[in-house]
Amino acid sequence: MEATLFYILATMLVVFAILTVTAANPVRSAVFLISALLSMAGFFFLLEAEFVGAVQILVYVGGIMVLFLFVIMLVSVREVEGQRRANRQWKTALVLGIVLSFELVFFVVQGAEVFSADTIDQQFLNLDSQTGNTETVGGLLYSTYLLPFEIASVLLLVAMIAAVVLTQKRL
Amino acid sequence: MIEILLIYAIIPLIKIAVIVLFLSGAIAYLTLLERKLIAHIQVRLGPMRVGWHGLLQPIADGLKFLLKEDIVPAKADALIFTIAPAISLLPAFLVFAVVPFGPPDMLKDFLSWILGWFPFLNLDPETIARIAENSIASGGYVTDINIAVLFVLSVSSVGILGIILGGWASNSKFPLLGALRSSAQMVSYEVALGFAIIGVLLVAGSLSLVEIVQNQQQEQIWYVFVQPVAFVLFFICGLAETNRLPFDLPEAETELVGGFHTEYSGFRFSLFFLAEYANMIAVSAIGVILFLGGWLRPFPNSDWLSFLDFIPGVLWFLGKVFMFLYIFIWLRGTLPRFRFDQLMQYGWKIFLPVALGNVVVTAAVLLAFL
Repeated sequence: MEATLFYILATMLVVFAILTVTAANPVRSAVFLISALLSMAGFFFLLEAEFVGAVQILVYVGGIMVLFLFVIMLVSVREVEGQRRANRQWKTALVLGIVLSFELVFFVVQGAEVFSADTIDQQFLNLDSQTGNTETVGGLLYSTYLLPFEIASVLLLVAMIAAVVLTQKRL
Repeated sequence: MIEILLIYAIIPLIKIAVIVLFLSGAIAYLTLLERKLIAHIQVRLGPMRVGWHGLLQPIADGLKFLLKEDIVPAKADALIFTIAPAISLLPAFLVFAVVPFGPPDMLKDFLSWILGWFPFLNLDPETIARIAENSIASGGYVTDINIAVLFVLSVSSVGILGIILGGWASNSKFPLLGALRSSAQMVSYEVALGFAIIGVLLVAGSLSLVEIVQNQQQEQIWYVFVQPVAFVLFFICGLAETNRLPFDLPEAETELVGGFHTEYSGFRFSLFFLAEYANMIAVSAIGVILFLGGWLRPFPNSDWLSFLDFIPGVLWFLGKVFMFLYIFIWLRGTLPRFRFDQLMQYGWKIFLPVALGNVVVTAAVLLAFL
C-alpha cells in the first residue's frame, strides 16, 4: 500500500517537475510547480510527518506561489513564450547533471545500507509515538535547536527589511 | 471484515455524501436569504415570483446556470480558464472534512438503531455496539485529525489560486485587476487571521478541532470570553478572506464590473459562486468551533442552564453558524466598501500588530499564571 502510493506520488512529482521547466507559458509552468509541491506534501503525509506536510502546502502553495503568480501576471506572456527555453549555461548544467546522475546510481546500487538507522540521531527515533508531530517539532525547535531557530528568524527578518528598503524610493 | 468496512469506509462515505448534499442545499438557500435580507434592508420585497415568497428561487437559479451557454473567451488560456473554478471550489468543500458538527458520540444511538435494520449484514448485537462505540463511525464529523487547524488554513490558502488563475486566464482587464487585488488582499489578511487563531491554540493546547471544543467544555467557558481580541480579529479577517463587504474589492461591481469572474458564464460561474458561499460557511463554522464552543450550549457545565440540554449539539452548532452568516449579510447591507489603500493600511498596520500583540500577551499570561 505504502509502496504503491510512493510510486504514484513519485511519478507525479517527476512528471510535474519536468513539465515545470519545459512549459512555454510561465503561468502554466507555475501551475505545474504547484502540482509538484502538492505531490511533495503527499510524501510528507506518507511519512507521517503531517505537520511538515501541512506547512508545505500553507507556505509554498498558499504563500510563495501566490506571490509568484502575482509577479508573473504582470509580465507579458507572449514575450516570454518567444524566448529560448535553454540558455547559454547548458554546458555547466550538463556537467552538474552527470554528477547528480552518478550520485543517484551510487545510491541505487548501494541500496538501503547508505540510509542505515544508526547514522540518524537517536533522539529522533526515541520519540514518544503518543505525542503528536506538531508538539514534537515545536518541542525540538524551542529546546535543542533554539539557537539555529533564532538565527534563521533573524536572517529572515533582515531579508524582509532589506526587501522593503530596496523597493522604497524614499524612506 | 464487514465491521472494518463499515467503520472506515461505508459510514464515512455516507457522512461525506450527506455533508456535501446538505452544504449544497445550504448554499442555495443562503443566496435566497441574502437576497431577501438585503431586499428588506433596502425596503424592497426581493424574489417573490417563484414559489411562496420566492422559496423556489434557488432551484430556478441553479437550473438557469446549468442551461446557460458556457463561453470561453477567444484569447483566453482555455486549459487554466476551465480548471480555475474547480481549484476554487474543491478546497472550499474539503475544509468540511475536519469540521465537527457534533460531539464524538453524536450518531451512537442512531447507528445502533439503524444497523439492526439491515438483515443481510448479519450483525450480532455486540458488533453493532462496537461499531456504535467507535468514534470514527459515530462522531459528528468525517474525520478528526490532530492538525485540523493547520489543515483548514493550508487547504483554504489553496483556494486563492483558483481566483488568481481564473482572473489571469480570462485575458481581460477587469478580471486581471480583480485577481491582483484578491491575491494581495488574501495574502495580507491570511497572516493576521493565522495569528488570531494562534491565540486560541495557545489557550486550547491542541490543533484538533474536536479537542478544542472539548477543552472549552472542560474549562466551562467559550474561548470568546478568554480571547475577545482574537475573536474580533478573526471575524474581520474572515470577512476579508471570503471577499465579503466591506472587503469585496476583488469583485467590486461598481469599479471592476465583476472582478475575477467577469468573463465566466453559466456553470463555471456558478462554481465560483458556490465556492464563495462555501467559504463563508466554512469561516463561520471555524469561528464557531474556535470561539463559540462548537456544539456546546451557552455556559457549558453550569447547572442552571441544563434545561437547555434537550436541544442536540448539532442544532446549537448550526444555529451559531447561522448567526454568523446572518451578521455577514447584515454587514453587507450596512457598510460601504473600503478603498484599496485603506484595506492594506488596516491589514498591515493595525490588524497584524494587534494580532501579534495578542499572541505575546496570551503567551506571557499563560506562562506567568498557569
